[in-house]
Amino acid sequence: MTDSKYFTTTKKGEIFELKAELNSDKKEKKKEAVKKVIASMTVGKDVSALFPDVVNCMQTDNLELKKLVYLYLMNYAKSQPDMAIMAVNTFVKDCEDPNPLIRALAVRTMGCIRVDKITEYLCEPLRKCLKDEDPYVRKTAAVCVAKLHDINAQLVEDQGFLDTLKDLISDSNPMVVANAVAALSEIAESHPSSNLLDLNPQSINKLLTALNECTEWGQIFILDCLANYTPKDDREAQSICERVTPRLSHANSAVVLSAVKVLMKFMEMLSKDLDYYGTLLKKLAPPLVTLLSAEPELQYVALRNINLIVQKRPEILKHEMKVFFVKYNDPIYVKLEKLDIMIRLASQANIAQVLAELKEYATEVDVDFVRKAVRAIGRCAIKVEQSAERCVSTLLDLIQTKVNYVVQEAIVVIKDIFRKYPNKYESVIATLCENLDSLDEPEARAAMIWIVGEYAERIDNADELLESFLEGFHDESTQVQLQLLTAIVKLFLKKPTETQELVQQVLSLATQIGDPSFGAPPAAAVPARLGAPISSGLSDLFDLTSGVGTLSGSYVAPKAVWLPAMKAKGLEISGTFTRQVGSISMDLQLTNKALQVMTDFAIQFNRNSFGLAPAAPLQVHAPLSPNQTVETSLPLNTVGSVMKMEPLNNLQVAVKNNIDVFYFSTLYPLHILFVEDGKMDRQMFLATWKDIPNENEAQFQIRDCALNAETVSSKLQSSNIFTIAKRNVEGQDMLYQSLKLTNGIWVLAELRIQPGNTSFMLSLKCRAPEVSQHVYQAYETILKN
Amino acid sequence: MIGGLFIYNHKGEVLISRVYRDDIGRNAVDAFRVNVIHARQQVRSPVTNIARTSFFHVKRSNIWLAAVTKQNVNAAMVFEFLYKMCDVMAAYFGKISEENIKNNFVLIYELLDEILDFGYPQNSETGALKTFITQQGIKSQVLTKEEQSQITSQVTGQIGWRREGIKYRRNELFLDVLESVNLLMSPQGQVLSAHVSGRVVMKSYLSGMPECKFGMNDKIVIEKQGKGTADETSKSGKQSIAIDDCTFHQCVRLSKFDSERSISFIPPDGEFELMRYRTTKDIILPFRVIPLVREVGRTKLEVKVVIKSNFKPSLLAQKIEVRIPTPLNTSGVQVICMKGKAKYKASENAIVWKIKRMAGMKESQISAEIELLPTNDKKKWARPPISMNFEVPFAPSGLKVRYLKVFEPKLNYSDHDVIKWVRYIGRSGIYETRC
Repeated sequence: MTDSKYFTTTKKGEIFELKAELNSDKKEKKKEAVKKVIASMTVGKDVSALFPDVVNCMQTDNLELKKLVYLYLMNYAKSQPDMAIMAVNTFVKDCEDPNPLIRALAVRTMGCIRVDKITEYLCEPLRKCLKDEDPYVRKTAAVCVAKLHDINAQLVEDQGFLDTLKDLISDSNPMVVANAVAALSEIAESHPSSNLLDLNPQSINKLLTALNECTEWGQIFILDCLANYTPKDDREAQSICERVTPRLSHANSAVVLSAVKVLMKFMEMLSKDLDYYGTLLKKLAPPLVTLLSAEPELQYVALRNINLIVQKRPEILKHEMKVFFVKYNDPIYVKLEKLDIMIRLASQANIAQVLAELKEYATEVDVDFVRKAVRAIGRCAIKVEQSAERCVSTLLDLIQTKVNYVVQEAIVVIKDIFRKYPNKYESVIATLCENLDSLDEPEARAAMIWIVGEYAERIDNADELLESFLEGFHDESTQVQLQLLTAIVKLFLKKPTETQELVQQVLSLATQIGDPSFGAPPAAAVPARLGAPISSGLSDLFDLTSGVGTLSGSYVAPKAVWLPAMKAKGLEISGTFTRQVGSISMDLQLTNKALQVMTDFAIQFNRNSFGLAPAAPLQVHAPLSPNQTVETSLPLNTVGSVMKMEPLNNLQVAVKNNIDVFYFSTLYPLHILFVEDGKMDRQMFLATWKDIPNENEAQFQIRDCALNAETVSSKLQSSNIFTIAKRNVEGQDMLYQSLKLTNGIWVLAELRIQPGNTSFMLSLKCRAPEVSQHVYQAYETILKN
Repeated sequence: MIGGLFIYNHKGEVLISRVYRDDIGRNAVDAFRVNVIHARQQVRSPVTNIARTSFFHVKRSNIWLAAVTKQNVNAAMVFEFLYKMCDVMAAYFGKISEENIKNNFVLIYELLDEILDFGYPQNSETGALKTFITQQGIKSQVLTKEEQSQITSQVTGQIGWRREGIKYRRNELFLDVLESVNLLMSPQGQVLSAHVSGRVVMKSYLSGMPECKFGMNDKIVIEKQGKGTADETSKSGKQSIAIDDCTFHQCVRLSKFDSERSISFIPPDGEFELMRYRTTKDIILPFRVIPLVREVGRTKLEVKVVIKSNFKPSLLAQKIEVRIPTPLNTSGVQVICMKGKAKYKASENAIVWKIKRMAGMKESQISAEIELLPTNDKKKWARPPISMNFEVPFAPSGLKVRYLKVFEPKLNYSDHDVIKWVRYIGRSGIYETRC
């Protein structure tokens, strides 16, 4: 007998025919009809019109038919709540059936019907089933409490089901215990405050006993629950570890991984001098390696976990480098993950082997993989200093292959190696320059230009090379344009006499990229669009570190050139923003590079997003003679007129002197707007966090920041980002923070810090989501300086 | 937990769709089809996130199985469950194909109802499931009360994988030690990595609830036992093997293995995988491949490959196949081999050399001349490794079964009455030599 014929009914009037068949007297015909209905439901046809007819078939002693009808009910009850009531009686009756399989089926199905009126009727049968004599019914009822809680949490609490569920943790049947644990864990997740899963040494003991006896899935529920427990001392931690370790030999990889998770967590509590600690460490490696011979999907999951494990405890797998070598037929997702772990495990001891492997990979077919392999070689060079030379020669070999994307990727990483080990490997520059023409990706072009600019004095035709890039200046991406600008200026400083023309050329090209819709005078347009990056590029050259760490603890960026002398008839303005004890100011440095004396300075701001305005006139007391520099501080307030700018933190400034009026624009860091009373009350924080819709949440990653939670808190606090609460979840520190802007906008933040990992996750919630990006930038600046 | 489970055919049509959680809607079914099955590019991860919903998928021939959730679930558990789901379906109706799924869709829904409750996996041992979910409609309505409670206690009980009251006239068991030996060798003959992953598969036809104890030449056990008699240690010490790691079927008492390293269990009826293990030390590599590739100008390659068998001359290896990759721009190949047959397969870009049988301690050789079309493709040929397939009648890890004792306290048969068969098969896993 085959069922596939049910999938092929597509004729018209089908529903009508089905209706007739459903109401047939013959049992077989009825069953056939229900099967057809289910088949149509599966392929997505709407068969809800048959609801009353299908429900009529429910009263049957044929269990197969009953199951089919239940399946239908679960799908459509919500759309026909009134008619679903018709089913209640049968459910209630079935819950009393002598056959435990039927009792369980009824309670299982009832919990899946999300109709309020049915839920009311569910309570009594559920209460009975939770105390049923048959374990099969009890284990089903335990899950049903979680279902009911999902529909109506209040009802579950009022009816006292939670207590009954807690009692089931001591049940004699291991599967009942496992399901009760699963249900409680899920419910507890939605009530973080309630001490629902009140784990104590006694209940832990019960769980550990059940662990030996229940199904593989039950073991996972119990282990995942154990991972949330905090033992009271190291002895308890050790005894739990001892009882969990046998799970490492389970055939089910998920059991093994969950056991590893528990062990990794509890190991934290063990003293490193303990013999047991060493034994445990040794026991962890073999099962992790075994996971790599599982099916590819599981390998992927295992590798993602191993990646975290090696960050936390690299010693576990330090001798197992070989198992992470990529196999020719590994699926690409496994290959990429393995590569990541190889880099993490690379050390002086195994670097030769690793490099030989990476070189092999760089000749494979998959472009992503090859690129990542080349990058990995670069990362090895930076990680293991002794290997740098070998890495460079490997990269040179790869460049010789002339495979376009390999060459480009290699040049990008060689640039990084140059930055890490300056003045060591310049001998390769000639080879790099040969490949100039084949570079078509912005990142590679930018890297090459950086190299030429940085080592301009060693490259005879540096000016020619850079000039060749200038031809298509307007077609280049911003990244390349900026790099070119910086490189040519560097070149100019090194060989001022020969390259003056080139500098003028690039500057004039750069100034032509005004965005006309911006509305600023053309002279100001360059810094407006390229403002921040240019100055950061230039700070490579000029020592502009004066401002750091002065005044309050709040971070002050070094002064950057806002208005170059060329644009302002000899007046050069550089500056930065500070905030100290509630007052914002703009620190300026004015230099006269012209030949005549400058006097009568004044300053004015355009309307801007936060109403920033000078609180006092610009103070430049004496006239500024040629080649003289004056420093001044301009106090600001935020009561000026407001206009939303793009980007949000853009500020357009006009400076006047006796010669002319000059315009420029600059970006101010948002943290100068963070006010001192930005600490939110805990309760208020929770409520607000929930209240702000999820769409407003923005997530960012802060990379390469090696601070611990305390330092992070205090650093941020000095810039008025306040830590309200700190929590440790699975070894990660979660910081909950708030800040307030001068215009009263609150921003709530959750910062996730993982010990040993240098990337932080930042989630920001704010009613005005457009500020998030800038708040994130403020975090970056504060944390990295 | 798992919010829904969908099965699709290769076209992306839904064959089975079962939703367990309210947060998974019908649109999830389409989202997976559009973003994964119909995706233009090859799928690059088994986990896909679409609009805050995670899709975990596995593929069996051209059938897609996808588990969907909006929660942060245990990913390893989801995949293990999907594999288990495939095993259960295969145990009920054989191969997982579109036709079989359509033919058994009612059964599949019934199974899905039983083995996943609100997205939590429940007992999924076929032995137990088959007692109350059958292809011929439901049995349980004609069951007596006793039978019913026997079913429920088995499904929820400690020995969920075996039912009581099994009887055989002849008590018999078969043990297969199946190993796959993996190798990655450098062109110079240096072992880059080598390991054996082995499985012990047991087929048991035993009456009652037999208590079994399995023993092998595990170094740790032998050293423990050998403490008494120094003589025996030196004798058996050579033959014992170091097992890096092993995992067991859920019937094995893990705590006992952890404390005493003894493997004791009550087996499921019929075939099951008792254990998996991995070794890396003292592996017998059955074959050695010695490649020699020479580029003669831009349009010709000379390849010579020697294989040497490295085991007792009395044993025979079978189904030997050596696969020598050729560049994409190959225009013609001429092959000479001493033994077996060799052919250039243009569609697979390889020379495939097959030898039916080969005894131990022998050597054979193939030479080939590969003509290349001149290309101006800058991309160098990646030189994929030379791979090998074979089957040998011994365990390359050196593992030996020492005993499998059976005790059945209630029924009247002893260990001696059980007929036992042991077989060793070593196969090539990924057995590659770079050239």
